[in-house]
Amino acid sequence: MENKIRFSEVLKKYTMVIVLALVIILFTVNTGGKMLLPQNVNNLIVQNAYVFILATGMLFCILTGGNIDLSVGSVVCFVGAVGGKMMVTNEMNPYLSIIVMLLVGLLIGAWQGFWIAYVRIPPFIVTLAGMLVFRGLSNVVLEGMTLAPMPDNFLALFNNYIPDFFGMEGFNMTCFLVGVVVCVLYVFMVLKGRASRAKKGYRVEPFGGVLIKMIVICAAVLAFMFRLAQYKGIPNSLVWIVLVIAVYTYIASKTTVGRYFYAVGGNEKATKLSGINTNRVYFLAYLNMGFLAAVAGMVTTARLNSANPTAGTNFEMDAIGACFIGGASAYGGTGTVPGVIIGALLMGVLNLGMSIMGVDQNMQKVVKGLVLLAAVIFDVVSKRKSFIVK
Amino acid sequence: MAKILLEMKNITKTFPGVKALDNVNLKVEEGEIHALVGENGAGKSTLMNVLSGIYPYGSYEGDIIYNGEICRFTNIKDSEAKGIVIIHQELALIPYMTIGENMYLGNEKGPAFSINWNETYGEADEYLKTVGLEESSRTLIKDIGVGKQQLVEIAKALAKHAKLLILDEPTASLNEDDSKALLELLLKFKKEGMTSIIISHKLNEISYVADKITVIRDGSTIETLDKKTDDISENRIIQGMVGRELTDRFPKRPHVKIGDVSMEVKNWTVHHPLYSERKVVDNASFKVHKGEVVGISGLMGAGRTELAMSIFGKSYGTGISGQVFIDGKEVKMNTVTDAIKHKVAYVTEDRKGNGLILSSPIKINTTLANLKNVSKRGVLDNDKEYAVADEYREKLKTKCPTVEQNVGNLSGGNQQKVLLAKWMFTEPDILILDEPTRGIDVGAKYEIYCIINDLVAAGKSVIMISSELPEVLGMSDRIYIMNEGKIVGEVSGQEATQENIMSRILKSSKGE
Repeated sequence: MENKIRFSEVLKKYTMVIVLALVIILFTVNTGGKMLLPQNVNNLIVQNAYVFILATGMLFCILTGGNIDLSVGSVVCFVGAVGGKMMVTNEMNPYLSIIVMLLVGLLIGAWQGFWIAYVRIPPFIVTLAGMLVFRGLSNVVLEGMTLAPMPDNFLALFNNYIPDFFGMEGFNMTCFLVGVVVCVLYVFMVLKGRASRAKKGYRVEPFGGVLIKMIVICAAVLAFMFRLAQYKGIPNSLVWIVLVIAVYTYIASKTTVGRYFYAVGGNEKATKLSGINTNRVYFLAYLNMGFLAAVAGMVTTARLNSANPTAGTNFEMDAIGACFIGGASAYGGTGTVPGVIIGALLMGVLNLGMSIMGVDQNMQKVVKGLVLLAAVIFDVVSKRKSFIVK
Repeated sequence: MAKILLEMKNITKTFPGVKALDNVNLKVEEGEIHALVGENGAGKSTLMNVLSGIYPYGSYEGDIIYNGEICRFTNIKDSEAKGIVIIHQELALIPYMTIGENMYLGNEKGPAFSINWNETYGEADEYLKTVGLEESSRTLIKDIGVGKQQLVEIAKALAKHAKLLILDEPTASLNEDDSKALLELLLKFKKEGMTSIIISHKLNEISYVADKITVIRDGSTIETLDKKTDDISENRIIQGMVGRELTDRFPKRPHVKIGDVSMEVKNWTVHHPLYSERKVVDNASFKVHKGEVVGISGLMGAGRTELAMSIFGKSYGTGISGQVFIDGKEVKMNTVTDAIKHKVAYVTEDRKGNGLILSSPIKINTTLANLKNVSKRGVLDNDKEYAVADEYREKLKTKCPTVEQNVGNLSGGNQQKVLLAKWMFTEPDILILDEPTRGIDVGAKYEIYCIINDLVAAGKSVIMISSELPEVLGMSDRIYIMNEGKIVGEVSGQEATQENIMSRILKSSKGE
């Protein structure tokens, strides 16, 4: 009896992870194993880098009450356009350009955040306006042309691979060793945290569950790094993604600022009466979104090796979709960074798998749309007793 | 013997894991006012939901016999067709529709594609007259007060040709005047032959209007008291509800030495946030000592909550003027953060709307106002947070499996305890408790009173705003009486009586 309850709880908590695993298996079988070829595993990360970064920022907007940012795709394009103008047309220093691009992102975030947080214009409207404004400005800056190629220094930061120090033929040992180190560190941290809790007399989770979780995570990390090692090693964009995920996971779960986002989404009035500046929370959400959109803009520009006026189209939809598939509540207040990453991965796997299978582009959109709807239906319905609202 | 209009026989209703109703029996005679009382969660509302078809036939066991026939309602329409109309505690009116539109919502006059508005408003006006509401049925709901909205609900029920009217906590959000008017209306209907079932926590009202009282405890009927033959005093009803004789509804406070003045407010004036020429609080001055419970009594709309919230970091109103002294020094509290820093806490009357994050666990709610204490340089110590929340759970005897439980799943009394814990954790010296026992059952009330006693015993000052006179009288060392934004009187706890407080309020309303 007790085991049964725990099983269903585990199922509920890790639904999307299980779905992700099933989808990967399905595609692997259907593509005759092509899905898991080293190059495809690499592409999964490199092609979707922008989704991971944007979805992380989008989560914080959604947390404040289901608010979305429609402008991120256009901001990605605009930041790229500014970078292209500086680095390609004017041949300016790439590092200076990067700083300017980040500042542009922050400025855009502050602009939109101000209207949303302090004047209380609905985010949907402000960011819809932003979507038009920055798409238009991108075209103005680029004068409707594509600027290429990007300077090498810039590409080295965002588009290359971490060099191998071992020089083995066909296998990037550095990459695999990084995976091993990550696993060891992870296991060490979990065990240490658990021990210190037990020492202080706090409750600890049952060891069996922790062990299974550790084994699954380590196995996934090692398999993943092994595949990357068989290709070109660790792509630089993966480093940026991991950095963003790590920093924002920490902010969301371990800092007071992170807690404010959840509180505002849960009950804004109560949060305000608890002495928390709720306006600032909204402002921070959109300021941060602008910043991460700039980061995504650099990654995207580097990957395309050009700044062009159509870059970033529909990126906002991918980011929003990843958040909701990943379990963020459409009403705000719930959702986690790891959940959103799972959501983004699921979208990426669907894209990749269907492309390998040669599914028609339009049918791919149909499938992705239905998956998004299904995920949110599942999220909403699983929280109440009956399927149809009475 | 009068005809039995409704009989509910051996009703049993189970939810997953809980037996909400266990062989409940209820007999209602035609033309009587039948009261249903019980602690929160006793099963009163569940029983009425079974009766009105919200829980359809088949989802419960037992029989509903109405007007001599067994009824099998599958939805509210079925029961309404028979003349059983339920008015819920939370009013179900749409603010931006007119009174008339609301009254006939789902029941529109004329053909579906061409509603007859003249007939609608004409009839609506008739019913409004019956309930004694002097408003045109073309007025928008948002423009009338809660008391009037309750009357609209009743008029709506009449428009459905109600024969059996069920009122769930009809006076919970009404002030004394409106409550009184509502009760008189029920008595008037009774004379005209209407049968009513009333659910209420306000026992004095029940003793006043009810012919029979059925007591429900833990999902079973305990007893039915008849006005003609039984004692239906408040104490007698409480005894049935809690299953023990509650000789003292207010715990004795061990003698607490009342110390120096801890907070003094002078000439406090607050204007309405939208209509800035209107004074909501008018030149109010009061003080509270260490170790003292000060009650603020008054009718709803007297400006008590507004007074408290405007002091608490200017959370309400505009054009605020006046001075606040804490421990003899003047302080400025412009934000909630300032107020918390000056060790003032305000426990809201609206725990769901303004107090708690229902979708978050107990521990997150407990620490929200004082995250500083469970974090270092902005980084949370999750283990410490858990320990803190657990400590308060034990201290306040909050009933919950763990502090990871979402607050939304707790009963009203336990939610109130979490809210108190949240503010006690900010380590305040002065606590303003706004309606601390609203909508919670007698047992939980007693526990909240004990907590208040512990607080003053520790030398804190408590300002208690309450609309329940017995509570103010039972708990306060000193009572301020507020009316229409002004403090119109001050009495000590010993000399205060319901009569002299009410008479002060009424006198000041007349301008004496």
